[in-house]
Amino acid sequence: MALQASKVQVGDTYTQKLTEDLSRTQIVQYAGASGDYNPLHSDEIFTTKVANYPTVFAHGMLTMGMTGRFVGDGRLTAYGVRFTRQVWPGDALTATAKVDAVREEDGQSLVDLSVTTVNQDGDVVVMGKATARVDP
Amino acid sequence: MAAEKFPIEAGHIMMFARAVGDPNPIYHDADAAADTEPGNVIAPPTFYQASAQYDPDYFLRPKIGEPWFGSGKEPTGVPPTRTGGDGGTGLHAEQRFEYFRHVSPGETLTIKARPGKTWERQGKRGGKLTFSENITEYFDESGELVVRATGVGVRTEKVVESD
Repeated sequence: MALQASKVQVGDTYTQKLTEDLSRTQIVQYAGASGDYNPLHSDEIFTTKVANYPTVFAHGMLTMGMTGRFVGDGRLTAYGVRFTRQVWPGDALTATAKVDAVREEDGQSLVDLSVTTVNQDGDVVVMGKATARVDP
Repeated sequence: MAAEKFPIEAGHIMMFARAVGDPNPIYHDADAAADTEPGNVIAPPTFYQASAQYDPDYFLRPKIGEPWFGSGKEPTGVPPTRTGGDGGTGLHAEQRFEYFRHVSPGETLTIKARPGKTWERQGKRGGKLTFSENITEYFDESGELVVRATGVGVRTEKVVESD
């Protein structure tokens, strides 16, 4: 989204559904693409019998990657999150970005966003900040 | 330890974008990408983490001929090398990226990783939490810094459940 600074206002929010029902297969897909094959994300026997979790769970970086859909096309200058809660197969995730500031820096127009992704219970799974260049 | 070189490949970017469910054509369609500001396919924001594929020693990838701590038919009993889930756990607490430029297929990045700050905090259940930062910088072929990634891991000290 090549937003224009004049069209972005502090307090604007954008909401994006990321998944209705996170599949175990998507978690495996992420393991393959990222190279992180930690059995906690795909190996039910290890995760339940050895590690004592109720079931496998998503890589934090998968949730961060899904949430990163907000700013494409090479406009992102910073993106950071804290992982606050595990994401499980079957979770429905919704991300929200809120405009915190529209500012100028070194002749560039920038938008600062607060980014939050919640699960179907409204619990926050990742929260953080992003900054993107916008058209003047 | 991190990979030293990270070749950026179109197929890898396409698979990564599919895995994170990002339909933006800039990650898989060169023709569509030609009409965007970068003018090329670029890597998605968190793609840099996939440099683990090129780390010969990455501890979360099974190695040919070596024991693996994940299960076969049953648990193997092989101890996890550095990962958690067994009490004294290491979890990913935080991740930040700073982008100076977004990279495209055909480039090869050089990676330099270093430890950052370490700090401690008392956990809610009484155990000590130890946070440690890892800073990974990705440089292009002309030596320019293109991305800086800062990861924060947290380890919990196993607490005896006394209450």
